[in-house]
Amino acid sequence: MMASLAPLGLCAYIAASCLLAFYFPQSVLAFLLVEASLLLLYYMPVAARVKIFLGALVLLVLVPFLGSVNGYYLEVAIQIGIYVALALGLNIVVGFVGLLNLGFVAFYAIGAYLWAVFGSPQANAFIAGGLFPLSANWFFAFLLLSIVVGALTGVLLGLPVLRVRGDYLAVVTLGFAEVVRALVNNLDKPINLTNGPRGISPISKPPLFFQPVLEFLGLQIPVAKLYPLYFYFLVLLMVFVIILVTRRLENSRVGRAWKAIREDEIAASAMGVPVVRMKLLGFAVGASFACAVGVLFAAKQVFINPESFTFMESIGVLAMVILGGMGSIPGAVLGATGVTILNLQLLKGLSLWLNGLRQSGAELVIPLVGSYPLSQLPAQFEPAKYERMVFGLILILMMIFRPQGILPPRQGSGK
Amino acid sequence: MALLELKNISKRFGGLQALTRVSMELDEGVIASLIGPNGAGKTTLFNTLTGLYRPDEGEILFQNRSLLGLKPEQITGAGISRTFQNIRLFSHMSVLENVLVGRHARLKTNLADILISSKRFHTQENDARRKAQELIELTGLSGREHEWAQQLSYGEQRRLEIARALAAEPQLLLLDEPTAGMNSSEARSLMALFKELVGRHVKAILLIEHNMRVVMGISDCVHVLDYGEKIAEGHPDQVRQDPRVIEAYLGPGSWIERAQG
Repeated sequence: MMASLAPLGLCAYIAASCLLAFYFPQSVLAFLLVEASLLLLYYMPVAARVKIFLGALVLLVLVPFLGSVNGYYLEVAIQIGIYVALALGLNIVVGFVGLLNLGFVAFYAIGAYLWAVFGSPQANAFIAGGLFPLSANWFFAFLLLSIVVGALTGVLLGLPVLRVRGDYLAVVTLGFAEVVRALVNNLDKPINLTNGPRGISPISKPPLFFQPVLEFLGLQIPVAKLYPLYFYFLVLLMVFVIILVTRRLENSRVGRAWKAIREDEIAASAMGVPVVRMKLLGFAVGASFACAVGVLFAAKQVFINPESFTFMESIGVLAMVILGGMGSIPGAVLGATGVTILNLQLLKGLSLWLNGLRQSGAELVIPLVGSYPLSQLPAQFEPAKYERMVFGLILILMMIFRPQGILPPRQGSGK
Repeated sequence: MALLELKNISKRFGGLQALTRVSMELDEGVIASLIGPNGAGKTTLFNTLTGLYRPDEGEILFQNRSLLGLKPEQITGAGISRTFQNIRLFSHMSVLENVLVGRHARLKTNLADILISSKRFHTQENDARRKAQELIELTGLSGREHEWAQQLSYGEQRRLEIARALAAEPQLLLLDEPTAGMNSSEARSLMALFKELVGRHVKAILLIEHNMRVVMGISDCVHVLDYGEKIAEGHPDQVRQDPRVIEAYLGPGSWIERAQG
């Protein structure tokens, strides 16, 4: 009975939440309900086929549709996708291989600058001939290139660094990220490679190679609406590929070797696992994911500067992995989604609501004490301003009550 | 021809002479024991053999090939695998995964195979799982495949370590106190297992053991270490009566005299 009702209930829930989001395009809550449908899908006891179908329906049809009604939804979805991809990359290094990396954002920055420099007029500053910006068609070539560059920088950082362990490794990776940021910030002289703190713009967007198809179908979508949709699907594809690659690696001798190293390095090497080579591979795979995401980020933002790649970003992604559950793919996805929604929607929504209250002139009445006019609420009392504090509190509570994360790797998941 | 040959192995840690010119030979088809009081250098000898330590002097020949300077994983690849005195399982991995890690060196799939999920990947993976399953059955852990290693009882963990070591298809199996903490019936069934292994799964077993009933019951040959030096070797009955061995275990003269001094 349950089994037959569950899919129906799910469909009803998805339909209801989408209708809500459609009729109240400004409501943060409505869109949150849509996002929660994916979580429900993951937990509900329905057949895998139903899950895949409904999941695809939500991700491929409903979210883009709602996004074309309210562009902000799409922006949130793209941000979530970017952080999910980053968290999955870091999850390999921290969750599988067990190496604490506090400078993951460095690889992200390298990828972003790779496309930013050559996909904008910036490269003209040091390569003569006025060849730049490269045409948008180069975007996909750079996406592939970034995977190679990411893997190489991962190995380059790994080679000297993997001889140190634990806390020392964390400090070295932290230093690496700061070095990358400092380089990007200061390489505007003597030769202007990165344009320093002023940042680079405009960065080319990916090519609209499907334009003829759309015209053939008679679809007239204005470019301003087309690009967000385009980026959404690109990010979705990227996340899909990353999950696929990670899953295959996880269930192979490589993934088992990674986890063995995490659990006990000496025993792993005694069982024939080449420890250094496997660690390097982990570093390289994680870095190449981050680098590829960086390319996409640069193309989406059009403008980037070193401010986007601070230490706080590294910590943020690490927090996503830890909150979600280290060493678990669903965990990394959920952690990244949750934290991004918290930052972009929940805290912002709360702050809008408080602002509304303030302007409405309502009074907070506390019995026996008196009343307090909400219009006098100080401006500091805006959740967006203490976002990091709320975030920190959540981290602390999580570590006390559920240190293994929300969706830790399950027993018996190794098939 | 000896399977394993140690020639004058010495190892120092700072001022401590852990091993002094230890030599031994191990033939095929043999179960040999390494005994000696605590701190005699038995585990150090194992660690030296498996590449965790590098000896200061001496030569290690395995099937007439020198093992000096090889990394632990290369030594495993060459055909020696081991268990640990203080169990070192991969706690947050399933029993099956633990055994599969042992097969790492025998799997030849490369990154491309894994990423495109090639046919070769599937044949090797299925093959590895089948063999791992056989070893799990052999060590009596059937039905526990998908539990995490840390869920197992102490005795089961010891047996899982043996299954994991066997998964690397070694010629020589090194067991560091395999029956420690087991009751006598558990120890007996493990002894029966060891006898079954030699000739069928491995060519020889070298074990460190404190349980003299086990040592005397299954060893074809016993080597005795004391303060890093080899003081005796031979058939169990012979070694049992060796005055130097008795002295090493009980002290010079009687132990009462030693306690008073």
